[in-house]
Amino acid sequence: MSRPLLEVRGLHHWFGGLHVIDDVSFSCRAGIVKAIIGPNGAGKTTLFNLIAGSIVPAEGSIVLDGRQTAGLPPHRVAALGISRTFQATRLFPGMSVLENVMVGRYLQTRGGFLAGMIGPALTARGDAAARRECRGILDELGAGHLADQEATRLPFGRQRVVEIARALAAAPRLLLLDEPACGLNPSETETLGTLIAGIRQSGITVLIVEHDMSLVMGVSDEVLAISAGRRIAEGTPREVQADPEVVAVYLGDPDVSRP
Amino acid sequence: MKAYLTRYLPILGLAILVAALQAALSALKLEYYMTQLTMAAYYTLVSLGLCLLMGYAGQVSMGHGGFFAIGGYGAAVIAGLGIASWLSIPAAVLIAALVAAAVGVPALRLRGHYLAMATLAFGIIVLRVLLGTKLFGEADGLSDIPGFRLFAGIAISGKRALRVQNYYIAWTLVVVGMLLAVNLVNSRVGRALRAIHGNEDAAAAMGVPVARYKLATFVLSAVYAALGGACLAHFNGGIGPGEASVLKSVRYVALVAAGGMGSLWGTLAVSTVLTFLSLRGAFGLYDDAVFGAILVVIMLFAPDGILRLLGIRR
Amino acid sequence: MGAAPLLQYLLAGIATGGVYAVVAIGFSIVYNATGIINFAQGEFLMLGGMIAISLARILPLPVAILAAVLVTGLAGVAVQLVFLSWLKSPTVLRMIIITIGLSILLREAGLHIWDEKVHALPFFSGDETSSIALLGARVSPQVLWVLGLSALMVVSLGLFFRSTLLGRAMRACASNPTAARLCGIRASTVVTLSFFLAAAMGALAGCAISPLTQTRYDMGSSLAVKGFTCAVLGGLGSIPAAVTAGLVVGILEAASVSVLPLAYKDVVAMGILLVILFVRPQGLFTRRRAR
Repeated sequence: MSRPLLEVRGLHHWFGGLHVIDDVSFSCRAGIVKAIIGPNGAGKTTLFNLIAGSIVPAEGSIVLDGRQTAGLPPHRVAALGISRTFQATRLFPGMSVLENVMVGRYLQTRGGFLAGMIGPALTARGDAAARRECRGILDELGAGHLADQEATRLPFGRQRVVEIARALAAAPRLLLLDEPACGLNPSETETLGTLIAGIRQSGITVLIVEHDMSLVMGVSDEVLAISAGRRIAEGTPREVQADPEVVAVYLGDPDVSRP
Repeated sequence: MKAYLTRYLPILGLAILVAALQAALSALKLEYYMTQLTMAAYYTLVSLGLCLLMGYAGQVSMGHGGFFAIGGYGAAVIAGLGIASWLSIPAAVLIAALVAAAVGVPALRLRGHYLAMATLAFGIIVLRVLLGTKLFGEADGLSDIPGFRLFAGIAISGKRALRVQNYYIAWTLVVVGMLLAVNLVNSRVGRALRAIHGNEDAAAAMGVPVARYKLATFVLSAVYAALGGACLAHFNGGIGPGEASVLKSVRYVALVAAGGMGSLWGTLAVSTVLTFLSLRGAFGLYDDAVFGAILVVIMLFAPDGILRLLGIRR
Repeated sequence: MGAAPLLQYLLAGIATGGVYAVVAIGFSIVYNATGIINFAQGEFLMLGGMIAISLARILPLPVAILAAVLVTGLAGVAVQLVFLSWLKSPTVLRMIIITIGLSILLREAGLHIWDEKVHALPFFSGDETSSIALLGARVSPQVLWVLGLSALMVVSLGLFFRSTLLGRAMRACASNPTAARLCGIRASTVVTLSFFLAAAMGALAGCAISPLTQTRYDMGSSLAVKGFTCAVLGGLGSIPAAVTAGLVVGILEAASVSVLPLAYKDVVAMGILLVILFVRPQGLFTRRRAR
């Protein structure tokens, strides 16, 4: 069997004296949707930040398809094929939806300062192709009609979709979705589930942090449960849901929405 | 296609306006205005570069007068060495670029107030060095700077006979500078810069090499400034330490702010008009006060610049 | 070089260092209350000196100084109320530019209300020829005035922040504005008071050094940058650290005259600023990372 796409080994991190990630190890096969669940403060977003490169782990290794990524700056990690969304959407203000997604296309396009200054003679074709591809991605996500609107003025749910489009524009191998269902109503969540399934269909591996159990149960192939920075269970959704330690950790946590 | 028209038509318009203005001034025997318009053009180059840095990459610089001065003094000193007359401007600009790279690497790791203060300190250091060094003429600056021969009979120089010529040289530089800047802003790099300005972490997550781009923009803006300084030194035949003063540096910031941080055309318009008026002495003794007031008023009431206020986008 | 001239330089350096420390404290007070660096801080020293010089022509010196301190303090309040108080969550860039613009306006006001010439307050005791023997060096009594007044301000400020209700309220506001509001502390009062304190202290320092270094309409900006150097060196927000940093910078600057040409003296502080910003922006005395 081929090696997993993502392998995390012995990850440790501290914020001040707080041991926020405590010996976390897991792996993720290519082509699946894997959910990371856990109560608030368990360290899920920190884990994402470590994988995406915005934080350098104190200890441990993160290997993407054989390449060590721990310690690389975020733009290098992105260049290796990891793309992400953020818990609170971080669309670029003052830019349209299409322009936001075009930034996502950065790694798939060419041209530096010199080429940029010389202008369309050199870059027109590449730019036009990028524009078409980005419009295509927006259309697939049902947001094509929003292309020219100012991204940060959109309603919250639409902004999330745009951020996913932007992350997809990077043609990643691994997509990190940080609580994409946060603030969505049940029908929007269902659409999101279909969307994620479609992303998996296109060959992209998805790692998703989520509280919404219906989404987790419905769309993920594997689940990793963490609590207080430590891994407590890993397996299929059914297995993890039935795990006694998971049940114990969740009982009494009012922030988890049950299916 | 329409996008290209909106992008390049104004540049063509600018070129036509420049020529028309020259024709009008010559016809009305008001040619002496061209001297100040030429100088205004060189100062506007600084503002354009600063607009790229502040408006697009979102990095503040309170020391761009320092780069203008490095360009001007560099050209003057190198021309004075008498080695090769074509060397002064390119060499001065190169020196400014190297200094910008050296200063930029550590400075651009800073944000907000710290970056502003670091660039302010840089400008003051340049000023003090100029004031304290014999080679740079101390408080008197440098004079008797020869003209800069371009080709045939064309030279950057303050000679009365070459006035019209120099007006066109200066404004050609501005038009070309504008063309390059407009292209850059609409390119992949331009989008990346705006993304950096909008949210650095998200930009990095999309693969944009944030630190490298900030540095490149900083150096590019220094190149614009130094080019303006070097050409002005040859045109005026002299340069003084005041070019590196805090007030001068703040002026450029005021012009970019008033033009609308992210607007190249706004910056061009505001910079040309206000610099020309200032050079003509229109503000009298209140020259510096005017620019200070502009900063305050614009930032209080129209932080997106005057053009936005008038309803004009970009 | 003998010890006596060196000592002379050092003492002069400590005096200017005391002034830099006051500027640094002014920055810190406003920064703690508002999160902004008020680039116009240096101008308060200029205004205090200029106003005192004008008033000293008709009033006894101590009264003139007191009046100048109060008027400048009120000017600081006016600046805050008129220009800054009604801004709703402005960006850092915007605040930087506004306070720089204000600094220019104040400086130009100084130019047009007075003039471009150099002025000076009379020496507080004695005149420009008096000197006191101190450890083998001769030092002007004004230097001791500067040190004494600076020390007095620092100590009073420390007591104010530690022992008075208002002072503690200001500290609360600085560390946790929301909790402070919930306890009934009005943020706007704290901000206004901060500006008053920073301006008034600046004015007193400006009066104290006026006999030694003279007062000119444009003295504000270099004082501001040097004061900021000390504030950053000490770690923005800590008063004892600002004082230490002020003395360090003042002494280094004075000592530099023995190795560098006089013209480069100002570069010393700038150089220190750049080194600190590049190497350790959180200052020498703090442990947390800088923004």
